[in-house]
Amino acid sequence: MSLNTITVTIQRGSGANGEQTHTDTFDVPSYTSQTVLDVVSWVQQNADPTLSYRFACRVGMCGSCAMMVNGVPRWTCRTHMSKVLVNNAVMIEPLRNLPVIKDLVVDMDPFFDKWVAAEGVHHGALSREDPIASIDTSSDSRTQANAGIECINCSVCYSACDTVTANEDYLGPAALQRAWTLLNDVKDEGRKTILDAVSGSGGCHNCHSMGSCTVYCPNELDPMSAIAGLKRETAKRFFARRK
Amino acid sequence: MLNLPLYVAQRITALLMAPLVVGHLAVMIYAIQGGLDSAEILGRTQGSLVWFLFYGTFVIAVSIHGAIGLRSVAHEWGGLKGILLELFMWLVGLALFLLGARAVWAVTYA
Amino acid sequence: MKAPARSQPLWFAYMLHRVSGVTLALFLPLHFWILSLAMTEPLRLDGFLLLTEAGAIKLAEFGLVFLLAVHLFGGLRLMAMEWLPWSASQKTLAAGATALSLLIAGLFLLRAI
Repeated sequence: MSLNTITVTIQRGSGANGEQTHTDTFDVPSYTSQTVLDVVSWVQQNADPTLSYRFACRVGMCGSCAMMVNGVPRWTCRTHMSKVLVNNAVMIEPLRNLPVIKDLVVDMDPFFDKWVAAEGVHHGALSREDPIASIDTSSDSRTQANAGIECINCSVCYSACDTVTANEDYLGPAALQRAWTLLNDVKDEGRKTILDAVSGSGGCHNCHSMGSCTVYCPNELDPMSAIAGLKRETAKRFFARRK
Repeated sequence: MLNLPLYVAQRITALLMAPLVVGHLAVMIYAIQGGLDSAEILGRTQGSLVWFLFYGTFVIAVSIHGAIGLRSVAHEWGGLKGILLELFMWLVGLALFLLGARAVWAVTYA
Repeated sequence: MKAPARSQPLWFAYMLHRVSGVTLALFLPLHFWILSLAMTEPLRLDGFLLLTEAGAIKLAEFGLVFLLAVHLFGGLRLMAMEWLPWSASQKTLAAGATALSLLIAGLFLLRAI
C-alpha cells in the first residue's frame, strides 16, 4: 500500500444545451496495481458522488468502462495506472466521437444505429424445421469471419478513428467489421444487402486505413483489414457487373 | 464522402498513373542533367504523338484522381457537403483538366 | 478534449499521403501554367527554367519529387492491402515505401545539382 497520491483530472458536464464541459481535479490515493477504473470509482465513492461513469464486469469482458485516458481510448478496468501516469497525473475523458450524456457517460445510440445501418445483423434463411447448417471451420471465409466475431461493441475503435470524427456519415470500423464477418458467414444470406449497405456515402470506401482501430482494439481484432476486405469485395462486384 | 463508383474511379486512375509517374520521374531525372531549357523540352515533345498521348492520358487521369482526392479532404477537413461538395469536386476536376490539356497542347502541337 | 495519441506508424502514413496529395494538387496548376508559356510566352518559360538552377528551387523540386514518390508508393501499398489478399506487415511496407521515395528523390537531387 502506498501513501502517495496521484492527480486525476476528469471531464465533467455534458456539453448539451449550450453548457460547456469542464474538468475537475482530484487527489486520489495511489495503490499497487490500481487500474483507471479503480481511480474513477474511488473518486465517485470518496470525493464526488455526483460523478457519472459506466462499468459492469470490471474484468475486461464487457467493454462498458471504455473511456479516453490521456487521449487514448481504453478499457479502464484493464489499464493499470502505472502505465498511463505522466508526471504522476492522468486525464480521463468520455469516449470521443459520441455525444456526451454526462461526465464520462456517452450516448451509444449512434454507434449501434450505424451497426444496423451497415447490415450488421444476421440475415438467416433457415427455420427450426431445417437441419443445422454445416460449417467448414477450416475454410478461408470462416477464418476471415472468426477474426472479427469477438467484437463486444465497446466503441474503442470508433473513438480512435479520425475519419469517424471528420465524416459524420461514416459507419465506422466496428460496424463495418461486423458486416465483413457476416459476408463471410455461410449461414448469412444477405450478401447483396450487406454489400449495398457498405457502398453508400458512409460506407467502407471512406476508410483511409490509418489503422488506429486495429492498434487500439482491446480484443486485438483488425477492423482495418476487414474494411479492406469489404473494399475488395465491393470492387469485385463492381467489375463483375460491368463485364 | 466516397461511394463505390467514386472509389473505383479513384483507384483505377491511380493504377493508370503508376507507370505514367514512373515514366515522368525517369524523364525528369534524365532531362535536368546539364540544365533545363525550353528548347530541350520542346525538342523532345513538339509534334510527338507519343508524348501527346502520354501526357494527355496523364492529365485526364490526374484530373479525376485529384478531384476525388480533394473531395475527401474538402469534406473531412473543410466540412463541405451536399451540393457544395459536388460542385467543388467538379470544379477542381475541370480546372485541372483545362489547365493540363492546355499545357499538353502547348508543348506538343501548338 | 485531447486528441488520441497518433504516434503509430500507419497514422503517419495516412497523414503523409494526404499532405502529399494536397500539395501536389496545389502545385499542378502552377506547373501546367508554366508549361503553357511554351505557346504563349516562350521567353518567359526560359526565364522560369533558368530560375530552376537556384539552390532553393532545387530543394523545392526535391521536396516535390519526394512527395510524388511518397504518394505513389504509399498508394500502391494501400492498393496491395485492399485488392490483393495480403495481410499485415503493413508497417514494414509503409517504411519501405517511404524509404524508396527518399531514394528516388535523392537520385533526382544528385542529378540536379
